[in-house]
Amino acid sequence: MTDLLHIIIEFFKTGLFAVGGGLATIPFLTEMAEKYGWFTIEQLSTMIAVSESTPGPIGINMSTYVGFTIHGVLGAILATLSLVAPSIIVISIVANYFQKFKDNKLVKKVFAGIKPAVVAFIVAAVLSLFTKTLLHLDVEATSVLEYFNFKTILILIALLLLNKKFPKVHPILYIVIAAVCGVVFKL
Amino acid sequence: MKTLIDLFVAWFKMGLFTFGGGYAMLPMIQKEVIEKHHWATEEEIMDYYAIGQCTPGIIAVNTATFVGYYQKGFIGGVVATLGVVSPSFIIISLIATLISNFSELAVVQHALMGINVAVCMLMINSIKTLWKKNVKNIASFCIFALALALSILTDVSTVWLVILSGVLGVVLSKVGYLKHD
Repeated sequence: MTDLLHIIIEFFKTGLFAVGGGLATIPFLTEMAEKYGWFTIEQLSTMIAVSESTPGPIGINMSTYVGFTIHGVLGAILATLSLVAPSIIVISIVANYFQKFKDNKLVKKVFAGIKPAVVAFIVAAVLSLFTKTLLHLDVEATSVLEYFNFKTILILIALLLLNKKFPKVHPILYIVIAAVCGVVFKL
Repeated sequence: MKTLIDLFVAWFKMGLFTFGGGYAMLPMIQKEVIEKHHWATEEEIMDYYAIGQCTPGIIAVNTATFVGYYQKGFIGGVVATLGVVSPSFIIISLIATLISNFSELAVVQHALMGINVAVCMLMINSIKTLWKKNVKNIASFCIFALALALSILTDVSTVWLVILSGVLGVVLSKVGYLKHD
């Protein structure tokens, strides 16, 4: 019972203080491992690996996994709900004010500056995905060509062409096609 | 009631087919939130991302709450959030119970690599769209380049970068280099 209470408090704290996305929760989870001995650091790295390879936001996957490890399904539910509770409260308040002030001249100027920066954050966030997917950075290559992953590059070009031809197709379909390609071509 | 069900279903779908962080969700958001349901415009999603970057919590949840809140108030925010977290919950619970070496399975790794390629393709398109709408002149390009360089090369928190670019927005608008409408 005290475990459940600790789960609620710790994950609420994580949700409240981890600013800037799912990976920002890792230091908080490490601290939980040290403070309560709920799981080991090795278990945590497995949980991170699984969270990155299953659908859903990484932060949510990790909190569910950690909660499940501590206290089964109930632990998973409590951990995830506690993690998202601060977001829901804070964003509801901000959304309410934002609606009132978004037509304000100064606010418009501020956001005109922020928007190009957000595009930059998105580019920065996917950059590692691109290098991880399209290049072989972990090999000792004898020629420059070996740094390129030609299988994935070819599939990327094929998908881009397919998407140009059928721009209305739902992204889900491309994800499914690409997953099958991955298994068939042993990417 | 119908809107609430739509919110739940749409965000459930987005949670189920997003691999990676909140930004990787962008192609799905463009399809479901912007094109299909018209719950927000491209510009509004950028605003939510910017605010979500500076407020506590996970970006996907912050965006879901924003979109839900503007449709159906507080309850809408809760329902959208529950939608986006439910797939994780089901899948992780199953994996934690059944397959302890899930991420090491060869078939999982191959499928995931394939999915990464699809996400690359989808992100190229999403970024192209965002680029056309938000990086229109020299001033906005400079803000983009500065933010990109700082986020790749330094450890400065994105919160500071958002504040910095907001200040630049005001200054550059004042001297007439940046248009806002």
